[in-house]
Amino acid sequence: MSENPNNWPLWEVFIQSKRGLDHKHVGSLHAADAQMAIENARDVYTRRQEGQSIWVVPAVAISASQPDDAAMLFDPADDKTYRHPTFYQMPEGAKFI
Amino acid sequence: MTEVKNLEELFQAKVDAELKIEPKDWMPDGYRKNLVRQISQHAHSEVVGMLPEGNWITRAPNLRRKAILLAKIQDEAGHGLYLYSAVETLGTTREKTVEDLLSGKAKYSSIFNYPTLTWADIGAVGWLVDGAAIMNQVMLCRTSYGPYARAMVRICKEESFHQRQGYEIMSVLSKGTPAQREMAQDALNRWWWPSLMMFGPSDANSPHSAQSMKWKIKRQSNDELRQTFVDRTVQQAEVIGLKVPDPKLKWNESTQHYDSGEIDWTEFNNVVAGNGPCNKERLAARNKAHDDGAWVREAAMAYAAKKAKKQAA
Repeated sequence: MSENPNNWPLWEVFIQSKRGLDHKHVGSLHAADAQMAIENARDVYTRRQEGQSIWVVPAVAISASQPDDAAMLFDPADDKTYRHPTFYQMPEGAKFI
Repeated sequence: MTEVKNLEELFQAKVDAELKIEPKDWMPDGYRKNLVRQISQHAHSEVVGMLPEGNWITRAPNLRRKAILLAKIQDEAGHGLYLYSAVETLGTTREKTVEDLLSGKAKYSSIFNYPTLTWADIGAVGWLVDGAAIMNQVMLCRTSYGPYARAMVRICKEESFHQRQGYEIMSVLSKGTPAQREMAQDALNRWWWPSLMMFGPSDANSPHSAQSMKWKIKRQSNDELRQTFVDRTVQQAEVIGLKVPDPKLKWNESTQHYDSGEIDWTEFNNVVAGNGPCNKERLAARNKAHDDGAWVREAAMAYAAKKAKKQAA
C-alpha cells in the first residue's frame, strides 16, 4: 500500500438502500479502521437516506477478474441458450408454464 | 509497437461503441494522464470551493439559511471525496493527488479565487457558479471512464439543490429593500463574467478539446455549454428583475440564442496563473488545514494499530 505509515488505508463501500435488497458497491474512502470507515461512509455516501446498512471491505482484500480473462470466463455461456426458459417450445394451450 | 497500435484501436472502438472504460481495462497513456489531470482538478475545485462559502456560515442571516449552507458545504466535501476515489482507480495515490494541490502544482477552478464579499455572493455562487458547474457535470455523466461517470451521476443528483438555494437567495433579496436589491445586483455584476470563464477557453483556443472529445471524456465543447448557460441564466435573471452586466447581450432571432460580449481572457489567464484576488489565501488555508490535521491522522492510525494488536492477543 502506501509508503507513509500514517496514510489511512482504502476501503470499498457497499450500501443496502432498502431492507430486502442487496448491498451495492457505491465507491471507496480512506479510514484508519473499520469502525471509522463505516462512520465516514455514513457521511460520504448516505446523506440523503440512500441506505439502511453499510458494509466496508479493505480494498486490498478484494480479488477481481482481469479484463483479459473475460473471454475464457464468460464466452462459454454464449452457446448455452438452453439455460434460459425461452429456449423451450411449449405446446399450444398449456397454462401456467 | 504494432501491438500498442492494435490495443489503441480496440480501445477507441470500445469508446466509439459507447462502452464504458473500467479501471482494469487497457487504456492509452494519454487517456489516463488526461483523466488524472481533469478528475483531480475537479476534486480540488470541490474542496477549495468550500472556502468562499465557509466564510459565511457564521454570518448567515438566519437559522434556515445557515443549515442549508452547512449542508451544501458538506456536499462539496463529499463531491471532492467521490472524485478523489475516482482518481485513485487510475493508479495515483490519494496522498500524491492531495500533495499536488497543496504544492500548487495542480490547478482548481479559478472561480474560487474570487472573494465572497456580501451575503448576496452566497446567492450568486449557488445560482451562477453551481449552475455553470452543473452544465459541465451533466455532460460528464456520459463521460467514457466508468468511475468518473458514476461519481458524476451521484454529484448531479445532489447539485441541483445547490443552484436552487442560491437562486432563492437572489430572488428574496431582489424583492427586499432597495439596499438588498442593490446587493443582489452587485453580486451578479461581479460573478457573471468569472462564471462564464468557468467553461474554459473558447473552442478555437482549447488545444486539448479535440482529443478529449474523441476519447469521449468531454461530450460537448466549452462554447456550446457556455451558450446554453447564458440562454438559461438570462431568462432566470429577468424573472427576478436583475440585469446581466453585459451591454452587448442581445437575443438573436436567427440563431435562437443570446449574443454576448467578449470575455476578458487576460483576466482569466491572470487568475489561472495565480494572480487572482484570493489564490494565495486559498492555498494557505488548505495547507494549514492539512498540517493542523496531521496529528489526527497519526493518532487515528496509532489507535487502530493498538486496537488490532489487542484483538489479535
